[in-house]
Amino acid sequence: MAIQHATSEEGAIGTATDSRGRLVTSDGTPLRRALERANRRRKLTALALVGPLLAFILIFFAFPIAQMMWRSVDNPQIVNALPETLNALEEWDGQGIPDEPVFAALHADMVADLDRPRREQKIGPLGIRLNYEISAARSAISRTSRAVADFDAPYKEAFTDAHRLWGQPELWRIIKREGRPLTASYYVAALDREYDAEGNIVKRPENRQIYVSLFGRTLALSLAITFMTFVLGFPIAYYLSTLPMRYANLLMIAVLLPFWTSLLVRTSAWIVLLQQQGVINNALVGMGFIGDDGRFSLIYNQTGTIIAMTHILLPFMVLPLYSVMRTIPPSYMRAAKSLGARPWTAFRRVYFPQTLPGIGAGGVLVFIISIGYYITPALVGGQSGRMISNEIARHIQQSLNWGLAAALGSMLLVGVLILYWLFNRLVGTDSLKFG
Amino acid sequence: MSSKLKLIGLSSAVSVIALSAAAQDPVSLTIVSWGGAYTASQQRAYHEPFMEANPHVTIINDDGSANALASLRAQSQAGNVTWDLVDMLPSDAQLACDEGIILQIDHDEMLAAAPDGTPASEDFLPGSLGECFIPQIVYSTVLTFRPGAFPDDAQPSSIEDLFDTENFPGRRALQDRPGTNLEWALYADGVDPDEIYEVLATPEGVDRAFAKLDTIKDDIIFWTEGAQAPQLLADGEVAFATGYNGRMFDAIEVEGMEAAIIWDGQVVEWDGWVVPADGPNEELVMEYLYFATDTQRLADQASYISYGPARASSAALVGEHADLGIDMNEHMPTAPENYFAPIVLDNDFWVDYGDELRERFANWMLQ
Repeated sequence: MAIQHATSEEGAIGTATDSRGRLVTSDGTPLRRALERANRRRKLTALALVGPLLAFILIFFAFPIAQMMWRSVDNPQIVNALPETLNALEEWDGQGIPDEPVFAALHADMVADLDRPRREQKIGPLGIRLNYEISAARSAISRTSRAVADFDAPYKEAFTDAHRLWGQPELWRIIKREGRPLTASYYVAALDREYDAEGNIVKRPENRQIYVSLFGRTLALSLAITFMTFVLGFPIAYYLSTLPMRYANLLMIAVLLPFWTSLLVRTSAWIVLLQQQGVINNALVGMGFIGDDGRFSLIYNQTGTIIAMTHILLPFMVLPLYSVMRTIPPSYMRAAKSLGARPWTAFRRVYFPQTLPGIGAGGVLVFIISIGYYITPALVGGQSGRMISNEIARHIQQSLNWGLAAALGSMLLVGVLILYWLFNRLVGTDSLKFG
Repeated sequence: MSSKLKLIGLSSAVSVIALSAAAQDPVSLTIVSWGGAYTASQQRAYHEPFMEANPHVTIINDDGSANALASLRAQSQAGNVTWDLVDMLPSDAQLACDEGIILQIDHDEMLAAAPDGTPASEDFLPGSLGECFIPQIVYSTVLTFRPGAFPDDAQPSSIEDLFDTENFPGRRALQDRPGTNLEWALYADGVDPDEIYEVLATPEGVDRAFAKLDTIKDDIIFWTEGAQAPQLLADGEVAFATGYNGRMFDAIEVEGMEAAIIWDGQVVEWDGWVVPADGPNEELVMEYLYFATDTQRLADQASYISYGPARASSAALVGEHADLGIDMNEHMPTAPENYFAPIVLDNDFWVDYGDELRERFANWMLQ
C-alpha cells in the first residue's frame, strides 16, 4: 500500500540504479528515501486530522484529570505559612509540646503574615488545612492570629493561653508531619485510616469509617444495576432485532424517548410512583393486595436507587445489545433446530454466545456510568442508597476539602481502570461492540 | 438674542446629556442567590428599586448559591472572577473569608446607619455581622407536622415530640447532615439551648446526641434539597418534616399545604451577602450593598417572604405580605411568640467540628 502510494507520487520505479547499485526513482532519488518521505507526509496528514481532537482531549480531559490527581497529594499550606516554625521543629523529638524557640518562630511566622496583602495571607488557608486533621484547629489559628500582634515573650505561655490546642502535642505532631509539600494524608483519610501518636497508620474509630464501605456499596449497587439492565434489556433487544425494521424503529423510539427526557424529570417521576403514598403503593392498597399499614418502602433506600438508575441506564444496555443481535442471521437458529437442538439448547449454544460482545459492551457502559452517578442516588437513595460519588460531590461543593475529594476520585478512577483491565483480560475488549 | 440664548441652552443641555451618558455606561451586575421564592423576594425588594434609581444598571440573577463556595474558589484560582455579589450562609462565608477570596467589610463605613442614626454595627442583630459577611435575613430551621397524622386532641407541640415515636408515630423527614439534627437530639434529651454547643464539643455529648437519634432512626427519611421537605409532607410520606421556615410558609400559606409549624427549638441562622475579591464592578457593588441593606429595604423583603430582617430597626417596619395581605409579623422567626426557645446556630462551632461530625453522621446514616 505504502509502496504503491509512494510510487504513484514519486514517479514509476524504473530499473535504473545509482552508482552504488541502489534502486532510484525516475528523478534520481534513492527509492528508500522517497518512500520515507512519502510515509512521513502521510503520517503528518493523519496527525493534522486527528490533531484538533487530540488537543481537545489533552486540554479538557487529560489535563484536568492530571490536575485533580495532583491535588490529592499537593500540600502547600503548612510549608507556605510556617517556614520558620518548621525549621525550629526540626529539633523537636515529638514528645510533649515544643519549647520556647518553636513558639517564638511561630510568633514570627504569624506576625509576618499580618503584613502581607490580604489575598496573599497564608494563615487562613493554614487553619482550614489543619482543621481537616484535627477539629477546632481553624478557630485556634484565627483566634490566635487576631491577637498575635500583642503577644510578648515568653510566647509559649501566650499561645497556650490563646487557645487550648497549642498545648496539645497532637497539633504539633500534625504540623511537623504535614509540613512537607507533598502529603499522603488525603489517601490515608480516604481509606478510613489515620495517624496515631507514633506516626503509624491505623484504622479510624469505627464510628468515623465511611469511605471504604461506601466504595464497597457503590460497587455492589453498580453491579446490581448492571445486572438489572441486562435482565430487562436483553429480551427487549432480542424482540427489537426480530421485528421488521419499521416496527423496530417505532419501538426503538419508545426506548429512546425516556433517554431524551430530562434526568431530573425522570427521577421526580419515580418519586411520584414509588413513595409510600405513591401511585404503586396506592394501587396495591386499592386492589387489596396489601393493607394500608403494609405499604412497601420502594424509595429513599437502595431499592429506590436501583429502580431509578436501572430505568435511566437501560438504553445504554439495549442499544449495544440490539446492534449486535441485528447482525446475527436468524438462519443460525433455524439450522441449529433443524440439526435437532431444542429451542433452549439452540439459544444457549448458538445464539447467546454471539451476543456476548453486546453484553460486554453494554455491561461495561452501564457499570462505569453508574459507578460515578450521583444526582439520582442523592434524590432517591435516602440513607442506604447513596454512593461514593455523593461524598465526592459533597467534598467538592460544600466542605471544600478538594484534596480528599481528589483522593477519593483518583481511587475511583484507578478502581475503574483496574476493573476494565480485568475485564479485558477475561473477555477481551476487542470483542466489544458498541453498535 | 432669544434664539442665541436658546441655542446656548440647547447645546448645554445636549452636553449635559452627553456627559451624563458618558459617566453612566450601561453595567450589568451578576448577583448570585438561592433561586425560587427567595430570589424573587430579593428581586422585588432590592434589585428593582435599585435599577429604577440607577437606570444604567442591569442586575442579572444567578441561582448558584448552593455551590457558591466551590465556584468562588474556582473563579478566584482561575483569576477570572465574574460574580459581583453572592448570597451565602455565614459558615461558608467564614471559610471564604479565611481563604481571602471575598472582601472584608468595614461595617460602619460601608453600610447605611439606621434612620435614628444608630451605626450599622449596633443596628444589625448581635453577632450576625461577620468579618466579610453582611446579613440580610434571619431564617430558621423548624419542625413542621401534618395535623391529619395525629388525633385532634393529641397534636405535637415540641421538639421532644419529634423523638417520641410512641405517642406520635409516623415517619420523620430530616436533613441529611448533622447540623440541626444533633442540636435537636440534645435539646430533646434535656440540654438547655444555651449549653448545646458546649455539650456537643465533648465526645460524650456527641455520643449522647447520636444515642438520642438512634431512638428514631428507623422512622427517618433523609432529605437533601430544601424543596424536598415540604414535598414529603404534602405527599403524606411523613408525619414530621424539618425545613426552612420560609419554604414552609410558602407551602402552607401560598400553596395551601396542610401543615403546622412548631416554633419550639427553632434553629436560627443568618443568611447574607459577601463580595468576591477582584470582582468586575467593585465600586458599584458597594453602592448596591449600601442601598440594599438599609433599614427600609430589609423590612421590604419581609413583605415577600417570611424571613426576618437582620436589622433591629427594620423590625418595626415589617408589614403585610405584598400579595396575600396577611400580617407578616407573626410569621417571622424573630416574632416574640415564636422566639421563645430558639437555638442560635453556632457557625464557629460548625466550621471547627463540621468535618468530623459529618463523617460521624454519614457513618451513622450508613449503618
